[in-house]
Order: sequence, then C-alpha cells, then structure tokens
Amino acid sequence: MNTHDAILNMEIKPCPPDPVGPDINPFSDVDFSELEKSLRRPRTLIDVLLSNLVSAMTVVALVPLFSVVLMLLWHGGQRLSLDVFTQLPPAPMEEGGGFGNAILGTIIMVALAGLISIPLGILSAVYLAQSSPESPLAGAVRFGAKILTGFPSILAGVFAYGVLVLTFGGYSAIAGGVALSILMLPTIILTAEDSIRMVPAKMRDAAIGMGATPTQTTLMVLLPTAMPGILTGIMLAIARAAGETAPLLFTALFSNYWLFRGGFDLNQPTASLAVLIYNFAGMPFDNQVNLAWVAALVLVMMVLITNLIGQAFSRRQIQE
Amino acid sequence: MPDTNQISRPPTRSQELVDTSFRWLCLGFAWLSVLTVVFIVLEIGMNAVPAMRQYGLGFLAGTTWDPNTGQFVILPEIWGTLYTSFLALIIGTAFGVAAAIFLSEGFLAQAVFVVLKTFKLHLHPMFAKLPDQMEALLKNLIELLAAIPSVVYGLWGLFVIIPLIRPACNWINLKLGWIPLFGTTLTGPGVLPAVIVLSIMILPTITAISRGALVAVPPKLRMAAYGMGATRWETILAVILPTAFRGIVGAVILAFGRALGETMALAMLVGNANRISVSLFSPANTLAALLANNFPEAAKKDVGVLMYAALVLLGITLFVNIIGSLILQRASAAQEGAK
Repeated sequence: MNTHDAILNMEIKPCPPDPVGPDINPFSDVDFSELEKSLRRPRTLIDVLLSNLVSAMTVVALVPLFSVVLMLLWHGGQRLSLDVFTQLPPAPMEEGGGFGNAILGTIIMVALAGLISIPLGILSAVYLAQSSPESPLAGAVRFGAKILTGFPSILAGVFAYGVLVLTFGGYSAIAGGVALSILMLPTIILTAEDSIRMVPAKMRDAAIGMGATPTQTTLMVLLPTAMPGILTGIMLAIARAAGETAPLLFTALFSNYWLFRGGFDLNQPTASLAVLIYNFAGMPFDNQVNLAWVAALVLVMMVLITNLIGQAFSRRQIQE
Repeated sequence: MPDTNQISRPPTRSQELVDTSFRWLCLGFAWLSVLTVVFIVLEIGMNAVPAMRQYGLGFLAGTTWDPNTGQFVILPEIWGTLYTSFLALIIGTAFGVAAAIFLSEGFLAQAVFVVLKTFKLHLHPMFAKLPDQMEALLKNLIELLAAIPSVVYGLWGLFVIIPLIRPACNWINLKLGWIPLFGTTLTGPGVLPAVIVLSIMILPTITAISRGALVAVPPKLRMAAYGMGATRWETILAVILPTAFRGIVGAVILAFGRALGETMALAMLVGNANRISVSLFSPANTLAALLANNFPEAAKKDVGVLMYAALVLLGITLFVNIIGSLILQRASAAQEGAK
C-alpha cells in the first residue's frame, strides 16, 4: 500500500468546534465525497485502466519466454536420449544420429575464447581499477569495452575471417575461438572492474599499511575478495559465447566429424551446437529439423545453467 | 649493520621486481585491449578498401546483388536493416517501457500484498517478504529473455511464429491489401515475423536500462507528487517519466544498435530477398543477414565486397551505440545533480 492510497483511505473527521471562538465548522464548504476514490471520476478511471494495461503488457512480454521453453521441451524432449550426445550428425535422408561432435566443438571453442579473453580482461580490469579517474588510457579501455558490448556479433566473425581464415587459408576452431573471445572481452572487463572497485577500501588500506607491495595487495587481497564478482562476469560471458552463431558461421564453419579424428588438431573446420541448429533448421528433412530442436534444448540448458552458476557466485560477492 | 631479525623489512629485491613487472603487465594488457578494438575496425576497413575503390558510393544505390555478373549494391539491405529495426523498436519500446514501469513502481508487490492481506497473511514471517521476492523473480524472468541464444529464437520463429501468424496476415492482405503496409501475402519468411522476434530480443535491454533510470528517480519527487494529491499515474506520467526520460531514450537507442546488428534471427526469418518494400509481409534482407548468408560461400574476389558491407554495418552501429552511450552518460550525470 503506498502513501497515496493510505492518505485517501484515511478516515477524515471534522474538527471539534473551537471552544473559544464562535461555533463555525472550518470544513463546512468542503464536499468530502469529492475526496473519496471513485471510478466515476476520469482521473481515477484512467489510473485504474493504465495500471491494468501495463500489467497486461508485462504478462504479454513474458509469453514468448514460456512459449520458447514449452516448445523446446515439447519438440526437443521427444528425441532427447543418450544417442544424441554420442553420435555424429546424420546425412540427409538418414535416420537417427546426434550431435556429440557439435557439443565438443562448442565446449572447445568457448574454452579457447576463455583462454584469450579471461587473462586479457582481468588484467585490463586490474589496471582500470587502480588507475586514476582522469587517466586517458583507462578512459580508452572503458570506451573500447563499451563499443564492444554493442558490437554486432557477426562483425567479430568478419574480423576473425579477415585475420585468420584469409591469412592461414582455412576455417578452424582457432578462428572460431578468437571471434568468440572478442564477444566475451567487454563483459569480463566491465564486471571485473566493478567487483574490484567494490572491495572495501579498508581492506586495501590494511594491506598497504602492513607493507604489502601494490602487486601483493592486488593478488592476495583485491582479487580473492573480488573473485565471486569476477566469476559472475566470466560465467555470463561464457553463456553468451556458447549461444553465439553468427561469429562461427564462417570462421569455424561446420563439420560432420569428430574434432580429434586423426590426432589433436584445432586447425580444421569444427562443428558447434549453434551452427548445427542454424543448418538443420533450414533443411527439408524431418530428422534434421527434430535434431535442431533437441540441439536447441541442450544449448538453452547449457546457457541457463551457466547463467545460474554465475548468479550463485554474485550472491557471494562482498560489498562495501 | 642492518638488523635481519626484525619482522618488518622493506620488500626484497625480487618482490620489487615482481611488483614492477606485474604493473607493467597490467598496463600492457590494458593497451592490448584498446589496440584490439582499433585493430578490429582497421582490419575490416583495410579489407574493404579494394571494393571501395572499385564500387565507390555506387555500392549504396541500386538493388542488384549478383556475384555472377559482379554487380553488388546494398541499398535494399540498408533499407531492410533500418526498417526492421525501426519497427521492432516501436513494439519493443512499448512493451519494454511498460514492463519497466510495472517493475519499478511496485505494481506487483502491491498486488501480492493486497492478496496476502485479504488472507490476513501479510505479517506472517513466511510471506512477509513475498512481494519483494515476486518482483525480483519477474525481473529475472525478463532478463532470461536475453539469455536465450538468437538462433533458438530463429528456430522458434520459423516453426512457431510463422505458421501462427500466416493465416491472419493473409486475411489482412485480402481485406486491406490496398494499404501498402499490407500489400503482399506472407508466403513464409518475411518482415513481420522477423520484427516480432527482433522486438522480443531487444525488450530485455530496454526494460533493464529503463528500469534502472526509473528506480534512480529520487524518492522525494514521487512523495511530493503524492503529497499534492496526484494519482499514481499522474505521478508516473507527469513526474517520474519526464525525470527518467533521458535514461529511457538512451536505452531505446542502445536497443536500436542491438537490433541493427542482430544476425541469426533475421537471417532465418527475413527471407533474404533483395527488394525494397514497405509491406510487412514481403521478404526482405538486412546487412547482417547478407553477411551471414554470403560469407560462407564467398569466392575470394567477392570477400572485399562483403567487407565493404561489413564496414557500412560497423559504421551505422558504431554511430548509434556511441550516441546511446553518450545520452546515458549525461542522463546519469543529470540524475546525480537531481539528488
């Protein structure tokens, strides 16, 4: 109940007559029925109508979420079995099959992207958190990170294509990982800086007061204290990268075979769940379309679980 | 002679060395991440230079895209990108801001409270926190919309949305076909399904940032309006929305940037047709979808052309994103002042 309603619902009693002066009721010309909430008056009517409209619109905004989840469970749940995790994608007209290589490919490329973006992001964030507010380099890093946040993911793919695929003459898991790392970088930098800044100043002061060097303070006090927040950022970045399709379309391409066919070689076309969904959704074969739904279910599960782990970390963040 | 038995001592030589090198390392990585951004822009730009020389500004005017004859013009893609994003923005803003108001003005918490009070449970320790918890849950649900990968939205649009809206669209075309907006039939992929899915994808961005702006409105403004007898919506429309206006505009512009660069849902739903049409039901194409569809099979000589298209997309999105960030920055600065 907010203040406004509380005031309106208050019982209004006329003042007792003034014992000294003449017997005049100061509220005699006030119409008290005017002060009561009534749907007959336009301003209250509009109030109620708008409240209902906004509530209805919020509910409508959530319909797609439930629809997507239900459809995934409905279409994807039917085919979900152990086979889809262990088998290779079927050829056209072929029955059965799975996408084990695509799950492996997604995990490997996201791990590669993490290997690049996590050290780069955290160390940049350490620099940002220590720098003075007017440092031009810190401003540039933050500006760059903000630009990358809104960067169309397909352009990350165009970049990796130009740098790696054109230069080394082939689609590869490495090019895919590089493209994904560009999309992970801004999330990691910005969340890591925030959580390092949130470490209580007295902890930093205590460490410096005990004679620790700035590096010791950072490595032994700031980073461990900020770690839950940093991990949240990393998890969010991983969840985003795992679901990205556009940057992988023409960097990692796709493959119908296991990545480790003939030895450990990251320099070959690699399957990923997201690209598999895109390719199979457009095929005129029921088996492939069904597999696309199963893959979508598995992908959404992976992304949601990563997100939830990230949120669990964020609850452990120590704040000033 | 220095006293080696004391606990306190200055950092040793090696500790100093580690300290300096770690600091240089951080500085180096900070430079590296700035240079990465510069390198990305340069790389796309440099690769586009040959095609820019060859086609010049003529690349932007006309409607042909034909690798066989070497004719490349991206005007339909630019039109399609702006048109779909703009329409999605209208829907996304309406629903996104409504959800932001619903979440920030305590509608849900109050409704839950009223329900609890009718059952006399509002002071019960188990339910006392329920209103706030429900609101947090709703906020997380809206944010989950953003966590679903865009290719999954594309799949959903292809097999759920298109069959769902096609009969209605074709009926509208039959009855109101004389209006250019409904001028064609929906045969499959087209502008409208793409716009619907796109608006769902940008809604969480709009809701999250607008909600931040609405929550940041100083409570004393709200209290003052209520104190003067304003109804809840008089307060929202006359006091709270104007105060948070800049933040909401920034949210909408950032969402516009997202919509412009969104690839997969559009590549799957917009139909990949090189034509300029205002009809909601006709297939179209966007810059990002063009890149997604043509890059995998592009011959070496055509890559330059695609890089040129990528550069145009980069230019448009950078421009929109920088404007949005600047507005948000000024909005939060103004709100600091209002406190």
